[in-house]
Amino acid sequence: MLYTNLKHIESASEHAKILSENENVMVICGRMGPMCIPVYGIAEELEDTYTHVKFCDMEFDNPESWVIRSLPEVRNFMGIPFTIYYKNGKVVKATSSIQSRQQVTAILDKEFGVPVNA
Amino acid sequence: MHNLMEATNHYDAIVIGGGPAGLTAGIYLSRARLRTLLVNEGTIGGQMILTHEIANYPGVESISGYQLANIMKKQAKSFGCDFRNNVSPLAMQLEGEVKSITLSDGSVYTAGSIILSPGGRSRTLGVAGEDDFKGKGISYCATCDGDFFTCKEIVVVGGGNSALEEAVSLTKYARKVTIVHQFDHFQAFEHAIEEASSHPNIEFMMESVITAFKGSENLESVDIKNLRTGETVNFRTDGVFIFIGYLPNTEFLRGHVELNKWGEILAGNDMSTSVEGVFAAGDSIAKRFRQVTTAVGDGTVAALAASAWLNDMKVKQKNLVHAG
Repeated sequence: MLYTNLKHIESASEHAKILSENENVMVICGRMGPMCIPVYGIAEELEDTYTHVKFCDMEFDNPESWVIRSLPEVRNFMGIPFTIYYKNGKVVKATSSIQSRQQVTAILDKEFGVPVNA
Repeated sequence: MHNLMEATNHYDAIVIGGGPAGLTAGIYLSRARLRTLLVNEGTIGGQMILTHEIANYPGVESISGYQLANIMKKQAKSFGCDFRNNVSPLAMQLEGEVKSITLSDGSVYTAGSIILSPGGRSRTLGVAGEDDFKGKGISYCATCDGDFFTCKEIVVVGGGNSALEEAVSLTKYARKVTIVHQFDHFQAFEHAIEEASSHPNIEFMMESVITAFKGSENLESVDIKNLRTGETVNFRTDGVFIFIGYLPNTEFLRGHVELNKWGEILAGNDMSTSVEGVFAAGDSIAKRFRQVTTAVGDGTVAALAASAWLNDMKVKQKNLVHAG
């Protein structure tokens, strides 16, 4: 159970639905641990500004998270969270382990565009 | 002065840092009907959010740090505390009756009193390649990433309780753990040293430091320098876990308030700093014990002292007007 205020993805089918309904999606796949929580927090804080991005999380130990764990982009990852950025359903960027706000916003700006109200 | 008080960016008090100390100060100040702004750089909750379960917070049987932080934030907001998140102080002027702070987004705020509660962060090695291999062989959390290193050979850096305890815990996954420590002795408790020393899968490289992380896509080896002989060897490893303590987030305060040689803020019993009207609380101050409860206590005292300071200033101003 992830105690965050983000949209929780519970299943592979829900994951597919979110990707099909949203152009820009960021999914943080992790646990409630020290490397993951700061990334959830950053996403929560950015939700109001990056309104053109759908921010979600998915529990790493949920068997359904195979949709993330089996991605070729994460095959060398050895640290959670696995954070995946999707544009039109395709992976455009993936990061492993804790990230700073600057690192996250740099990816969001590059892949999805700078928010209009920024 | 009057115009300033009415300006949107003027507050009675500004709290810098959103850990338990800062959040508590925010709750107390805003509940005292003082216009309060809390400025926070990272995730609200500070180090507290990294604790999976807090079982010794009085009045709460068990709660995650993340949940407790969210409740504290909600409480502060309910009393009217304003929040500016994901911004950091770039410049500040703390002397005098009106203090000002310029934030990283260029906005400027003023206040009669400031509470400094910037907390601390995990120390990194700052060695070439560390950032490149983070999550690809370098980790700072055994519980999070230990299972990625099942049947592999890893290095643990550090000589305190965390390093030795986590090294032992990592033997559940890794087939061999090598502890690299810069001194010839450990700083950990005796029981932790004994447990690590007697473990058949743990080896030691004392008086040694990592000078470089190397690999292609993932970490493959590290350069380790022996500080006694000066010799550097390339050491094959699948992963490195780093546990070398915490640093106070006080770099931005250098030259503004008095710090000790470790960069911790020097605060009195009432949490006052070397600058009048500026108070400090939480893990960034010089003190022996660092707990959520002590941070909350610090935040309470700092808020009450700041309230008293602001009240004294008002009385002084009134007396000046009457005298004039």
